[in-house]
Amino acid sequence: MLLTVDHVTRYFYDQPVRAVVQSHRLTPSLFDGQRTVNWKVHVSDGQLGGGFRDGAGDWVQGWTVLGPVSEITVHVTGVIETVDCAGLLRGHREVVPPECYLQCTAATEMDGALAALTEGMAGRTDLLSVAHDLSARVSDAIAYKPGATKAHTTAAEALALGEGVCQDHAQALIALARHLGLPSRYVSGYLLADGDGVAHEAAHAWAEVSLPGLGWVGFDPANRCCPDARYIRLGSGLDAADAAPIKGTARGPGQESLNVSVSVSETEVGTGQSQVQQQ
Amino acid sequence: MAVIKYFNEMYQGDAVRTPYAQLQDWMQSMPAELRQMKQAEAENLFRRIGITFAVYGEGGDPDRLIPFDMFPRVFSAVEWAKLERGIKQRARALNAFLVDVYGRGEIVRAGKIPARLVYQNEAYEKSVAGFVPPKGVYSHIVGIDLVRTGPDEFFVLEDNCRTPSGVSYMLENREIMMRMFPDLFRENRIEPVDSYPAKLRRTLASVAPAKCDRDPTVVILTPGHFNSAYYEHSFLADLMGVELVEGQDLFVEGEFVFMRTTEGPRRVDVIYRRIDDAYIDPLCFRPDSMLGIPGLMDVYRSGGVSICSAPGAGVADDKAVYTYVPEMIRFYLGEEPLLKNVPTWQCGKADDLKYVLSNLKELVVKEVHGSGGYGMLVGPKSTAEQVEAFRLQIEADPGNYIAQPTLALSTTPTFVADGVAPRHVDLRPYCLVGERIELVPGGLTRVALKDGSLVVNSSQGGGVKDTWVLAE
Repeated sequence: MLLTVDHVTRYFYDQPVRAVVQSHRLTPSLFDGQRTVNWKVHVSDGQLGGGFRDGAGDWVQGWTVLGPVSEITVHVTGVIETVDCAGLLRGHREVVPPECYLQCTAATEMDGALAALTEGMAGRTDLLSVAHDLSARVSDAIAYKPGATKAHTTAAEALALGEGVCQDHAQALIALARHLGLPSRYVSGYLLADGDGVAHEAAHAWAEVSLPGLGWVGFDPANRCCPDARYIRLGSGLDAADAAPIKGTARGPGQESLNVSVSVSETEVGTGQSQVQQQ
Repeated sequence: MAVIKYFNEMYQGDAVRTPYAQLQDWMQSMPAELRQMKQAEAENLFRRIGITFAVYGEGGDPDRLIPFDMFPRVFSAVEWAKLERGIKQRARALNAFLVDVYGRGEIVRAGKIPARLVYQNEAYEKSVAGFVPPKGVYSHIVGIDLVRTGPDEFFVLEDNCRTPSGVSYMLENREIMMRMFPDLFRENRIEPVDSYPAKLRRTLASVAPAKCDRDPTVVILTPGHFNSAYYEHSFLADLMGVELVEGQDLFVEGEFVFMRTTEGPRRVDVIYRRIDDAYIDPLCFRPDSMLGIPGLMDVYRSGGVSICSAPGAGVADDKAVYTYVPEMIRFYLGEEPLLKNVPTWQCGKADDLKYVLSNLKELVVKEVHGSGGYGMLVGPKSTAEQVEAFRLQIEADPGNYIAQPTLALSTTPTFVADGVAPRHVDLRPYCLVGERIELVPGGLTRVALKDGSLVVNSSQGGGVKDTWVLAE
């Protein structure tokens, strides 16, 4: 599949800010499931900072904006060719050992209700099925409802609420997998909407679980599937905050507000479809 | 109960050991009044210099002086040469371990250390995996805490790979002794320690980042004047001739870090940071940190600045990892360890826990991540109630504790209210690791001033002494 991405993040400040510093994970991962045809990130008034590939295989890119500015636009555009790897992260180079992803974070901390979702799983050796089952249980327990949760909502809170978005699904699955001793991590990326009636978010997130013999395998509880050719992978982390595609700070008393629009469309002769999401 | 025989570094029976020969006369020729006068003079000097030490959570006077004992602690050239080899060996192995566990992790693959202990360690920084800092050095100042139990018996108590403090005392103690007792320094051939700041600066400059193409600008990054070691930060900056900065004085622009100066921004190449990993960059670590520099880690990882010690160095000085340092020395250097580890039981292991709980009265138990002498039990010096209270703590969270035998720490003569008496001591030398590996002949000797006490921490009634290494 040939996917075209147009992703615009606008930051508005009610008073001008200076010394804006951002750290991006906005570059598609290098693995067998995707190939970059072209890709560009532009930051308004931005100066390119240091960039490097980190131990998890992600390209991290610093940016700074001297300011003063009242608005900053981060514009990501590009075309990616994808193939379906059935959720496997084949050919991805990284040095961080999977054991590192057993570490619990505040957003993925277990509670009694989360632990109950792992009932009957401990001791099973068919780990791939376990991961599928966990993903299904998360899908059943947390209904997709945009706006039900916030950026800082934890897995336990989302489960208590019974509603959430892809971030909550992913963090809940991560918590369950780690609880069973399976290294698990949060993945951010993009998703093409294919009009099958299930809710989608174009700026998407899912979880990866490290399984013996298979390596990292993606699971998307929000869409009850494993990542395929509709998915573009950007980067990973212990939880949503750690894997955030854009982290940043600014100096000044100004209050920040945010507007994000993402469109992912399939670029094939005659079959263009696209999706626009406003937040 | 058997009486423990402690090694006295000055006397062997009635005979004075050679390194202390001159001090015997000095001690005897000093009447009580003169001694009291000198002690008051020393205290005045310390006050005037402003060297004080505040201890977190202890309350009381933050400007309290650490007691200074005028009786020097002495090593012969031969004793020191042996120590020096052992310390450098350990510093090399610790750095090799850090490069390895952030790289291919050969030592884990070889089964020499459990993966869990390394990769699930709180101090392991996933964000620096795959990065080799300039010259392959993670820990540029390695402070190794040693105790002595006999003429040739030294044990390493713990390693400090992050930002070991106390070197200002090593320098100040010497300075004050030289001012008060110039004759002593004429009569004894004592190796100088005053080259430490120059060597530290050279070490820091030698690990300038790849993108630095000029004489590197070095700064010391301090959390600020409320920090207990602030005096030391400003003291070292002064002696090295480098700027002392706080997070707000530095900023990231483009690919580099800059310092605000009256003449405009100046690029910084090497940051000797005296703040913890968690606080250095709110974008990478704690988002609520007000002390750090946003974007610093991206500049660091892309070769625009060096950070000393390197983020992530703490995984090597964890008390549970400590047990494996002799294994590191064999694995990376192919050598036998010259300095011994104290035998250590890890309460996280079932067998060890069983042993520890049945022998609490004889053991020293410490928290894995504790420091400063807090949260520890010295079995032989504790009441039955204290031991039982500690037992409950261990049982609640065994993985958080390690235990060691109570060592018969050596003593050196120390001035006390009614003359001179033996008191227990330890030693922290500061090993510098950059392009080369260096050790100034000396270190910080801490002394437990309370009669019979084995705890030398300044927060628990410890004092300091000048530490001499005699020339051949």
